[in-house]
Amino acid sequence: MKFKVNNNEVYASTGGRPFDKKKPLIIFVHGSGLTHMTWVLQTRYFAFHGYNALAIDLPGHGLSGGESLKSIEEMADWVAAVIDAVGHKEASLVGHSQGCLITVECTAKYPDKIKTLSLMGGAGAIPMNPQLLSLAENNDPKAVDLMMDWAHGPAGHFGGHPVPGLYHINTGTMLAKSRTIQNTLGVDFRACDNYKNGFEAAKKIKCPTLSILATDDKMCPVKEGKKLAALIDGSQVDIIDNCGHMMLLEEADRVLTVLKKFITTNYPPLSS
Amino acid sequence: MSDKKKELKPNTYKFDTLSLHAGYQPHKNAGSRQVPIYQTTSYLFDDVDHAAALFNLERGGHIYSRISNPTVGVLEERVASLEGGTAALATSSGMSAIFLAVMTLCEAGDHLVVSSQLYGGTVNLFRLTLPKFGIKCTFVKPRDTEGFKKAIQKNTKGIFGELVGNPGNEIMNMPEIAKIAHEAGIPLMVDATYQTPYLCKPFEHGADIVIHSLTKWMAGHGSSMAGILVEGGKFDWMQNDKFPTMTKPYEGYHGLSFAEEFGPTAFTMKARAEGMRDFGPCLSPQNAWNVLQGIETLSVRMKKHCSNAEEMVKYLMNHESVAWVSHPSVPDHPDHELAKKLLPNGRGSMIAFGIKGGKEAGVEFINNVKLASHLANVGDTRTLVIHPASGTHSQMDEATLKFAGLSHDMIRLSVGIEDIEDIKNDFEVGFRAARKPRLVSNQ
Repeated sequence: MKFKVNNNEVYASTGGRPFDKKKPLIIFVHGSGLTHMTWVLQTRYFAFHGYNALAIDLPGHGLSGGESLKSIEEMADWVAAVIDAVGHKEASLVGHSQGCLITVECTAKYPDKIKTLSLMGGAGAIPMNPQLLSLAENNDPKAVDLMMDWAHGPAGHFGGHPVPGLYHINTGTMLAKSRTIQNTLGVDFRACDNYKNGFEAAKKIKCPTLSILATDDKMCPVKEGKKLAALIDGSQVDIIDNCGHMMLLEEADRVLTVLKKFITTNYPPLSS
Repeated sequence: MSDKKKELKPNTYKFDTLSLHAGYQPHKNAGSRQVPIYQTTSYLFDDVDHAAALFNLERGGHIYSRISNPTVGVLEERVASLEGGTAALATSSGMSAIFLAVMTLCEAGDHLVVSSQLYGGTVNLFRLTLPKFGIKCTFVKPRDTEGFKKAIQKNTKGIFGELVGNPGNEIMNMPEIAKIAHEAGIPLMVDATYQTPYLCKPFEHGADIVIHSLTKWMAGHGSSMAGILVEGGKFDWMQNDKFPTMTKPYEGYHGLSFAEEFGPTAFTMKARAEGMRDFGPCLSPQNAWNVLQGIETLSVRMKKHCSNAEEMVKYLMNHESVAWVSHPSVPDHPDHELAKKLLPNGRGSMIAFGIKGGKEAGVEFINNVKLASHLANVGDTRTLVIHPASGTHSQMDEATLKFAGLSHDMIRLSVGIEDIEDIKNDFEVGFRAARKPRLVSNQ
């Protein structure tokens, strides 16, 4: 579906079901330089099971208009504005990687709007490798290749996509190269590098929170994810073996199973 | 040494490693080092909810081996990885892969622009069979790059061609034809069977969909039929209104828009969800496994195929019984320079040559070679020969043969990986027989 936030068109996948204001809202926030399509193996399930599942394209990403936002704080405000724009008062947030920084900040700043928070491959801070940052800001496709290398665990490098016939690394590469690299990945990496408020924000979070971490995650290692989770009251942690940072694709089934249990328990669907 | 000074390099696996490993994780398959053959029709559901989720594309997994199979899935990922594609869909043969690609792209009333130099079966599909489905085609000679542009109509949904045409070895200027296709907002589909991803990666030159008959060099041992279509992931299906079946809600999956949901893998998702469901040209797991064995040695075999082919080109060019030789490695081949650009790792192992004495000499040659096999296949480890005008392209009339660039003196040679001297010695026997005075008639 398309709608407007701050006069710019926003695209959000609804997981293949029409948007229905009566159903509770889950917003899925993608990682650096990526798009709504990273969530296809989670959103469709929720969309067909009593929720409005909105996998958004951040401004300037995927099919959304406007320019990429330059700070995590702006992105957090924008996610809160999305909730208003689609006519809801509250939502459950799910973030991956940079999406975790955004959703942590948003949940801390708008506690009344956010009912549950699910973090995948999250950390309180994501400082960027200076070379990687420079490559992305200079529009060098090598930045995407490096990101795809580091984002997939050793097992993920061999493939084994849950959807038959799809190849992880090349699919991710195409998503990250679908818009101008410096305008998406470059801006996102700089925003991640600049963001320092993650640990303070985490302390303010009171809603049920889940962290899904992966043993082979090089970008947001387990210890960083645990550090963040430890600051959130009552936070649940689930750790996936033999999996890298792209757990939402590398171990899509496991992620969906854990996410389904957590969200349906804490933020029940509309009964049909 | 400071880490800061180290140049970062991606450590994703390279071609030879992917040929052996891509698409398979032993720890998810009882530790089996070899890819298991999942000889099964169907797969247990955890519960009703799980079944519904699989049918509705809410989660990945297998339902029924017509749609997908774990062994076949390894092959699909492996070929996608080697091609640099986002996704792949394996089929029972190369022809079924072409048919599935066309039926995923087109509907009645649509039009395709097609290279005229194709395998005879493919020509008949485009010329005679697709019109029965209301899909019309305009044929253009592969070297007539501007001709592809001129042939595009309002209802044209794509351009199709073999990168190196069968059997005449004419090469499409893929980068230029891709530009023409993309300016018109349509995809370029390339049959790259002759090249395999070892010799050419068409996505790097603008192709959007790559098709292989895996039966040939990819499997390589003449044992198994298989085909595949591979998606590049760059084509934007939503850029215009030409592809409503990709972009509009699809009734067959509760209003799913393949382009919106699956983006760089939308074509493959639709080909599987609709095409395999409705047409069903699935690949058997045994044949998928056989093809995987072939792919494990692809680069090793292709090097030998190409070096033997170049030796055979030299031999044939200097032979008194040979009127002409067509192979992209020949300096005066019209596409020699283009071939260097598109086929940097070797020009392939298909040679066309004309035998002095025309059709009759050709028949004698083929009837008398003993090592080279006379059969309707290419890309075997063994050397193969055929006389196209009386074999693979025999269903064409004279005018179509001429338009496809075929002559009656043409021999098609697929060079194998035997010892090169043995192949040459065998050809000497064939040429001697072809030169012998023939009885004019039995009367």
